[in-house]
Amino acid sequence: MVNLGFSIGDLYFKNPVLTASGTFGYGPEFDDFLDVSSLGGIVVKGVTIEPREGNAYPRMAETPSGMLNAVGLQNKGIEYFENNIYPQILHYDTNIIVNINGSFIDDYVILAERLNKLDKIPAIELNISCPNVKMGGMVFGTNLDLAREVTRAVRAVYSKKLIVKLSPNVTDIVGFARVVEEEGADSVSLINTLLGMSVDVENMTPALSTITGGLSGPAIKPVALRMVWQVAKAVKIPVIGMGGIMTTSDAIEFLLAGASAIQVGTASFIDPKASIKILDGIEKYLIEKGFSDIKDIVGYINRTK
Amino acid sequence: MSKRIEDLKILENKRLTNDVFVLQLSVDKELPEIKPGQFAQVRVDNSPGTFLRRPISFHDVDYENNTFKLLIQIIGKGTERLSKHKKGDVLNLIYPLGNSFILPEKDDKILLAGGGVGVAPLLFLGKYLKAKSYNYDILLGFRNSERIIEIDEYHKIGKVFLTTEDGSEGEKGYITNHSTLSSGRYNRVYCCGPDFMMKAMASHCRKNNINCEVSLENLMGCGIGACLCCVVDTIKGNLCTCIDGPVFNINELKW
Repeated sequence: MVNLGFSIGDLYFKNPVLTASGTFGYGPEFDDFLDVSSLGGIVVKGVTIEPREGNAYPRMAETPSGMLNAVGLQNKGIEYFENNIYPQILHYDTNIIVNINGSFIDDYVILAERLNKLDKIPAIELNISCPNVKMGGMVFGTNLDLAREVTRAVRAVYSKKLIVKLSPNVTDIVGFARVVEEEGADSVSLINTLLGMSVDVENMTPALSTITGGLSGPAIKPVALRMVWQVAKAVKIPVIGMGGIMTTSDAIEFLLAGASAIQVGTASFIDPKASIKILDGIEKYLIEKGFSDIKDIVGYINRTK
Repeated sequence: MSKRIEDLKILENKRLTNDVFVLQLSVDKELPEIKPGQFAQVRVDNSPGTFLRRPISFHDVDYENNTFKLLIQIIGKGTERLSKHKKGDVLNLIYPLGNSFILPEKDDKILLAGGGVGVAPLLFLGKYLKAKSYNYDILLGFRNSERIIEIDEYHKIGKVFLTTEDGSEGEKGYITNHSTLSSGRYNRVYCCGPDFMMKAMASHCRKNNINCEVSLENLMGCGIGACLCCVVDTIKGNLCTCIDGPVFNINELKW
């Protein structure tokens, strides 16, 4: 038996495979394909205070080895989440993490306060990196002072585990990781999508209604891996790595580079079972390499031999 | 109804025109219940230029032999790759996905109307309705006589009216110009085809108080309601074409 568990502070995860926000719905969407409870955690679709319709169609474009999206945080708001969705996902025997979004610092604070009261939500992921909303989102994640301020404000009202999701659309992501760590974040997750665009040559128009959108998929993996490696060396809190993880091998790369856990995102669109296959694959890898604990390989490439 | 993810064997890849082909796939175990209007998400393997699955509607379903057909038009690299598959190759599908056409009332005067490769789900729908003893007419539109596909199959299940844009066969024009539609004899229309065609049909049906359902072909990411990419603007807000559709009553749409 190998130990796959890891912890953020005193919050235990039975394994290091989580699903990324916006790629796994709330969980039930995947019930036909896998046992959601066997995952280390699920990060559910981003929530805002008020319902949001998101951006106009088209909000997706396929790109080489990836896709652009400009969904724009479509969701039914926190009240709907509390009353209608939360009761439906309570039964999952895994850590359910809610990704929160706002246009103002107060929005994040209100959401954190409300989610603090939900017993079965042991952590939130502070999304300061959504590239697809006009106000807020990535603005907080690309300005050091705002990143500090929003993390501090949420930390003051939220007593459970606070994960901050970082934007790759910055010159020095390490600075952001350090700032949110200083302000009391329990973990950082990275990377969110990279800002990109695509043009429809036939119709001579931008492919997305918003012109720009967030790039995800294998195309961004080398960038994500580099950032995870940099951040993992710079902070003491656990790093959750993501960005283009499609296979077990991809996931292992992030762990070896210093991520304590990983999130599977866009891969679930092509293979709804991707997360569970990666989990099985990580266990097999550890056995084959003769390791008994996942911690033995986290940051392995950074250790002095 | 539970969704499956499965490897299916190709029994036949039949080319109908230079850019339209039919894949017949066989299932090892018993087919699940599939309804007209539903679709499958087909994985495109060995295709460096593409990334996502391709949503393809069910064209014909044979429960006796546990096979079904997908009618596909080559419109990009993904469908181009799918067109190259040969008998015996294996495709990975997630299916059945989406909602379905709603059954008509017993005394409805029904028209199945489609254009181009949009005729695909209408064969399955026609056979399904016929098995339930409904009568209907079929109105199909194509660009020209060379692009007419599977017309014999439709003749077997109902009375067929044809239009071509150049008048090379049937009446000249689009399906919404056809005399059988303007005759006013229908009060229920099931429509699938290019967006502009479905919008024209929706407009005709609204004006004439005809109950009309359309099957949308929005770009999709996941096909299972997780990515929220394939939305259509409806009176209930943005809904996913993959789980709330692909079939919508025109009264729900903001067209």
